[in-house]
Amino acid sequence: MKRSPQNRFKCVFPAKSANESFARMIASAFVAQLDPRVDELADLKTAVSEAVTNVIVHAYAGTDIPPEERVVIMSGELREGRRIAVTVKDRGKGIEDVKKAREPLFTTSAAEERSGMGFTVMETFADTVKVASRPGKGTSVRLYKRFT
Amino acid sequence: MEHTIKSENGVMTVYLRGEMDHHNAARLREQIDAALTFENPAVLRLDLSEIAFCDSSGLGFIMGRYRRMESAGGSMILVNPSEPTMRILRLAGVDSIIRAEYTKGAAK
Ligand SMILES: Nc1ncnc2c1ncn2[C@@H]1O[C@H](COP(=O)(O)OP(=O)(O)OP(=O)(O)O)[C@@H](O)[C@H]1O
Ligand SMILES: [Mg+2]
Repeated sequence: MKRSPQNRFKCVFPAKSANESFARMIASAFVAQLDPRVDELADLKTAVSEAVTNVIVHAYAGTDIPPEERVVIMSGELREGRRIAVTVKDRGKGIEDVKKAREPLFTTSAAEERSGMGFTVMETFADTVKVASRPGKGTSVRLYKRFT
Repeated sequence: MEHTIKSENGVMTVYLRGEMDHHNAARLREQIDAALTFENPAVLRLDLSEIAFCDSSGLGFIMGRYRRMESAGGSMILVNPSEPTMRILRLAGVDSIIRAEYTKGAAK
């Protein structure tokens, strides 16, 4: 049986680059209840920033999805044992080959000075990263981190 | 995100302050590239001592300016890179490629 989380949030905001710092602030505000260590907080903020930036940069690019439907759906849970899970979802184009997308240096936008390091950063700064994606439907990235 | 540019004898120093994410890097890239086109310096010094946040978009910005300087026959130096920037550069393995300079109590 799955225990219900001790606390949680969910919010939806436009996939606009100005909201990258907003998303980091949401993550910081939510984990503030754990009085996190500075370095662990920085890790979570960096991982969240990568996931949200990916939605803003990739999820809706080249699609005919109308502007008002281009959103980031961000939620978080606090579970027993000071464990945090942050989920960043979109209803965009999805990822054809998730395994390949997660490889270091893999990018579909090298021309825009992207280095293909986003997923590697998430994997380094979160304990576990789970990606679920369906082409034409969207992507969900779950970041897990336990705070000491 | 704020920046200040100083140019002297072919050396352009850019002091950066704030959070280097995709949103901020996009505007910064335009402004720095315009200054590079105008000044055409031999050396670009990026002072990263006051970068409080850096993710892969910040890495992209740094690598982009590095490539631009190298391909123009110039060079780029990172000055006092902060810990948030260093850990991304280390992760990407470019800390050994791009030169970094550490100055104590650097005057601004
Ligand atoms: N939410 C998403 N929707 C659609 N495609 C995505 C999404 N997230 C990632 N991708 C795809 O996965 C690839 C790899 O992502 P990753 O974050 O590792 O690198 P990047 O975003 O291309 O570059 P960087 O993060 O270094 O700036 C992207 O180039 C893109 O093709
Ligand atoms: Mg990315």
